[in-house]
Amino acid sequence: MQLINRTAGRLSRHRRGPLAGLAVLLLGLLISGSLYTAFSPAQAQNQASETDQIAQGKELFLASCAFCHGKNGEGIPTVREGYQIGPSLVGVGAAAVDFQVGTGRMPMASPGAQAPRKKVVFNDEETAALAAYVASLAPGPAIPNESDYSIEGLSEEEREEAISRGGQIFLTNCTACHNFNGAGGAMPRGGYAPSLHGVEGKYIFEALLTGPQAMPNFSNGNLTPEDKRDVIAYLDSIQETPEYAGFTLGGLGPVSEGLFAWLVGIGSLVGAAVWIASHTTRTKKSKVNA
Amino acid sequence: MSTDSRLDTSKVATSNRTDAATASKPSPAGSLASWADDRLGLATAMKKNLRKVFPDHWSFMLGEIALWSFVVLLLTGVFLTLWFNPSMGHVTYEGSYDQLRGVGMSEAMASTLHISFDVRGGLLMRQMHHWAAAIFIASMMVHLLRVAFTGAYRKPRELNWVIGCILLLLGTLEGFTGYSLPDDLLSGTGVRAADGFLKATPVAGSYMSFLLFGGEFPGESIIPRLYIIHVLLIPGILLALIAAHMLLLVYHKHTQWPGPGRTEQNVVGYPMLPVYAAKAGGFFFMVFGIIALMGGLLSINPVWKFGPYDPTKVTAGSQPDWYMGWPDGLLRIIPTGWESVIFGYTISWNVMLPILIVPPLMLVVLMMLPFLEGWITGDKRDHHLLQRPRNAPTRTAVMVALMTFYGLAWAAGGNDIIAIKLHASINQITYFMRVAIFVGPVLAFWITRRWCISLQRHDNDKLLHGYETGIITRSPDGQYAERHLPISTSAAYSLTARDRDEIFTADGETDAAGVASPNSRSEKLRARLSRWMYVHNVQKPTAAELEEAHHHAAHEAELTSGLNQPVDGHQFDDHHLRDADEVPLRDH
Ligand code: HEC
Ligand code: HEC
Ligand code: HEM
Repeated sequence: MQLINRTAGRLSRHRRGPLAGLAVLLLGLLISGSLYTAFSPAQAQNQASETDQIAQGKELFLASCAFCHGKNGEGIPTVREGYQIGPSLVGVGAAAVDFQVGTGRMPMASPGAQAPRKKVVFNDEETAALAAYVASLAPGPAIPNESDYSIEGLSEEEREEAISRGGQIFLTNCTACHNFNGAGGAMPRGGYAPSLHGVEGKYIFEALLTGPQAMPNFSNGNLTPEDKRDVIAYLDSIQETPEYAGFTLGGLGPVSEGLFAWLVGIGSLVGAAVWIASHTTRTKKSKVNA
Repeated sequence: MSTDSRLDTSKVATSNRTDAATASKPSPAGSLASWADDRLGLATAMKKNLRKVFPDHWSFMLGEIALWSFVVLLLTGVFLTLWFNPSMGHVTYEGSYDQLRGVGMSEAMASTLHISFDVRGGLLMRQMHHWAAAIFIASMMVHLLRVAFTGAYRKPRELNWVIGCILLLLGTLEGFTGYSLPDDLLSGTGVRAADGFLKATPVAGSYMSFLLFGGEFPGESIIPRLYIIHVLLIPGILLALIAAHMLLLVYHKHTQWPGPGRTEQNVVGYPMLPVYAAKAGGFFFMVFGIIALMGGLLSINPVWKFGPYDPTKVTAGSQPDWYMGWPDGLLRIIPTGWESVIFGYTISWNVMLPILIVPPLMLVVLMMLPFLEGWITGDKRDHHLLQRPRNAPTRTAVMVALMTFYGLAWAAGGNDIIAIKLHASINQITYFMRVAIFVGPVLAFWITRRWCISLQRHDNDKLLHGYETGIITRSPDGQYAERHLPISTSAAYSLTARDRDEIFTADGETDAAGVASPNSRSEKLRARLSRWMYVHNVQKPTAAELEEAHHHAAHEAELTSGLNQPVDGHQFDDHHLRDADEVPLRDH
C-alpha cells in the first residue's frame, strides 16, 4: 500500500514538475540521464524557454489575477479591514503561486474570511507559467524539489528517526492551530487552519515556506528543510498507520468524545432501560392470559 | 412494603411465607446455604430486603446506569493499576508505537503507551475505563434530572439528594484526576490550567499551588499525588456515599408514579428477588456490553497522538472531558479584561468568576433546591408519589432554565469545534454566547412555565370533557361536532392524584402590641415567592365540577345521538368501546 502510494505520487509529481514539464516539452529534451538535473530552474539552456514561460504567465495573470492583484502584481489596496482585494505578490515567490493555485485557492472566487481549497482551475503547465511570472517580479521562495520533502532516500533507521523527530516538531509548531491529529482547528474571525489529511508533501513544504494567510511563515532559517521533511514524513506516517483505537470521531479531541458519550452511550443505555421496563409489562400480560 | 391488595398479586409474589424458605431436598448447594445461614443468619436478615419492592418505570433505572458504570470503572481501573506507573521519572520510550520511539517522556506516559500497545487487551481496558467515566457522570446527571423533574427530592429524600450532588462533584473530580494521569499533552495542559485556577485564588493561590505540586509547576509530585487521590481517596469516598445513597433508598422506599392502587403508604412493583434482581443484573450486562462495544470501536483519548506533555507545546482541541466543559465555556466567553488591581495585587475576575465562583455556586444552588422549595411551600409532609413535571410548573421551569444555562456554557466550551464544523466565526459565537447565557435561561423559564400550565389546562379539559375521539357526528339539524368520551377511571385517577397548590400568605405582620414580628420580613418574602411559584397554576377540578361536567356530557350525548343511550360512533365499525376499567393506564 505504502509502496504503491509513494510511486504513484512520485510519477504524478514528475509529470507536474512545474518548470521541468515545460522545459521537456519545449526543448524536446533528449537526454535520458537523471531527470533531476532538468528539474532545477537555473539551467542556462532553459533561458529562452523561461522568458516564453514568463510571457505566458503574464498573459494568464492579466486575465485571471490582475483584477485583484493589480496589473503588475503590485496588489490592490484594501477597502476596509478584513476584506482584502488582493495583496501584492512581489517577492512571494514561485512556491506561493504553486501552493495557492495548485490547491485551488487562487484565483479566489469570492471575498471571504479565507480563500478555501477548491477545484483546481489551471493545469500544471499554466500553474508553472504563473509561478514563473510571479517569481520574475522579485526573488522569493522557489518550488521545492521532491528530494527536499521525501524520506525515500533514507535508511530504515533514519526514516524512523525522521518520523519521530517530525512528530515532535509538529507538536511544537503546528498543533496549536492544526490540532494534534492534523484534523484542523478554528482561527479568529471565521478563519480556520484546515485539515492536513491527504495534503501532498510538496504543498506542505510550500505552505511552510510561504505562510498562507493566517499561517505563520516557517522560513528555512526557522525550520530547516530537513525539519520540514520530517514533519511531512510524520504526517504521512500517521495517516498510514492503522487507527488502533477504532473510529477516531473526527480526531477532534474531547468535544467529539463527549458528544459520543451522550448520543451513543447515554442514548443506547436509556434505550435499554426503556426496553427492560416495557419488556416486563409484556410478560405480565401474557401471564395474566395464561 | 406490601403490595396493594387491590392488585392481582399472583403475578408479583408467588409465596407469602413468613419463615425463611429451606431447600426441600438437601442438595449440595442447599446444604451449603443452610450451613451458611445457620452461622451468619443471612436468610433472616435478607428476607425482608429480598422481598423489597421496586416500581417499574424506565426513568427509575437511570441511576442504575450510574451504578453499573461505576462497577465497570472499578473493574477496568483495577486492571489499569496493574501496569500503570504513576511516576514522573524520565525515560526514553522504546515500546512498539513507532512514531514515539526514542522520544523522552515520563514513566506515567510510557506506561500508558505500554498499556495501550503492549498489554493484551490494554487499549480496550483504557478505552472502556474512559468511556465508562464519561457515561458514569452523564448518567448521574440524567438521573438527577429525573429526580428533580418529578419532585422526588421532596421530604423525606432531601438528604439523599444532597448525597447525589456530592457524588456528582466527586465523580467530576475523579474524572479530572484520571484524565490527568497519563501525562500526555492533553492531561498536562489540563493540569497546567488547574494550576492557573489555583493561583487565581486571591492571597492563598500561590501557596495552594506550591502545596499541591510540591514546589513550582510541574515538579515531580503531582502525578503520584493525583494517582493516590484517583485510585484510593475518591473511590473510597464514592463507595461509601454510594452505599449510603442505596441504604437511604431502601429505607425511604422507592417513589412511584400516582395511579390506581398506588398511595403514599405503599409501593407497587416487583419484589427484589427474583424479578427485580434479574432485571437489574441483566441491565448490568447491558451497561457493561455497551461500554465494551464503545471501548472496542470508538477511539477515546489517543494519548499517542498527543505525545508526552511539554509546557512548550499546545494543541487545538485541548478541551477537558465533557463534564468539565461548562466552566471552560464560561472561561472562554468571559471578557479577558475583567481584572482589578487592589494594593498592587491583581484580582483576576476573568478566571475567578467562571471557575472559582460560578461552579461552586451552581452546586450549592443545586443542593439547596429541595430546601428552598420546602421553605417556600411550607410543606412538611412526606411525599412518596411523584409529581408530573407539568404539575409543578415553576420547579420544572427553574430546572429547564438551569439546564439552558448549563447547556449554553457547555456549548461555549466547544466554541472552536462549533466554529469549524458550522463554518462560523469563533468571535461571533463568543458574542452570541455572552448575551445568550443571560437571556437564554430567562426565556427558557418563561416558555417552560407557560407550556406546563397549558398542559395542566389540557389535563383538566380531558377530565371535564373527556378526550377527543376523532369521531365526527352530525346532528339531525346538520351540525357537525367532534365527540368527546370520558377517559378511563384509572386515567382520571392518575390525573387527579395531585394536591391543590396552596399559596402561602403572610398574615399578622405585626403582633398584638403593634411590634413587627421578628419573622415578618422573611415571611413576607416567603409569601411573595409562594405567590410567584403557584399563582398561575391550574388546579385540578373539584368533585362538584367533575360531577357537573359528567352529567352534562352524558346529557349532551343522549341529545345528540338521538338514542336513549350515549353512542360513541363505534357501533358502526369494529372498534368497540372498551370497558373503561379494563383499559390499562393510558393518556389519550
Ligand atoms: C477575487 C480576488 C482574487 C483573485 C481573482 C486572485 N487572488 Fe490571489 N489573493 C487574493 C487575496 C484576497 C489574497 C490574500 C489572502 C489572504 O492572505 O488572506 C490572495 C493571495 C494570493 C497569494 C498569496 C500571497 C502571499 O502573501 O503568500 C498568491 C500567491 C496569489 N494570491 C496568487 C494569485 C494568482 C496567481 C491568481 C490568479 C490565478 C490570483 N491570486 C487571483 C485575492 C485574489
Ligand atoms: C497560527 C496558526 C498556524 C500554525 C502554527 C500553522 N498553521 Fe498551517 N495553516 C494555518 C492556516 C490558517 C492555514 C490556511 C491557509 C489558507 O487556507 O490559505 C494553514 C494551512 C496549512 C496548509 C495547507 C493545507 C491545505 O489545505 O492545502 C498546510 C500544509 C499547513 N498549514 C501545514 C502546517 C504545518 C506543517 C505547520 C507547522 C510547522 C503549520 N501549518 C503551522 C495556520 C497555521
Ligand atoms: C468514578 C470512578 C472513576 C472515574 C470517573 C475515572 C476516570 C478516569 C479517567 C478519565 C482516566 C483517564 C483514562 C485515559 O487514559 O484515557 C482514568 C485513568 C486511570 N484510572 Fe480511573 N476512574 C475512576 C475510577 C478508577 C478506579 C476505581 C481505579 C483503580 C482502582 C482507577 C484507575 C485508573 C488508572 C490506573 C488510570 C491511569 C491509566 C491510564 O490512563 O491509562 N480509576 N480514570
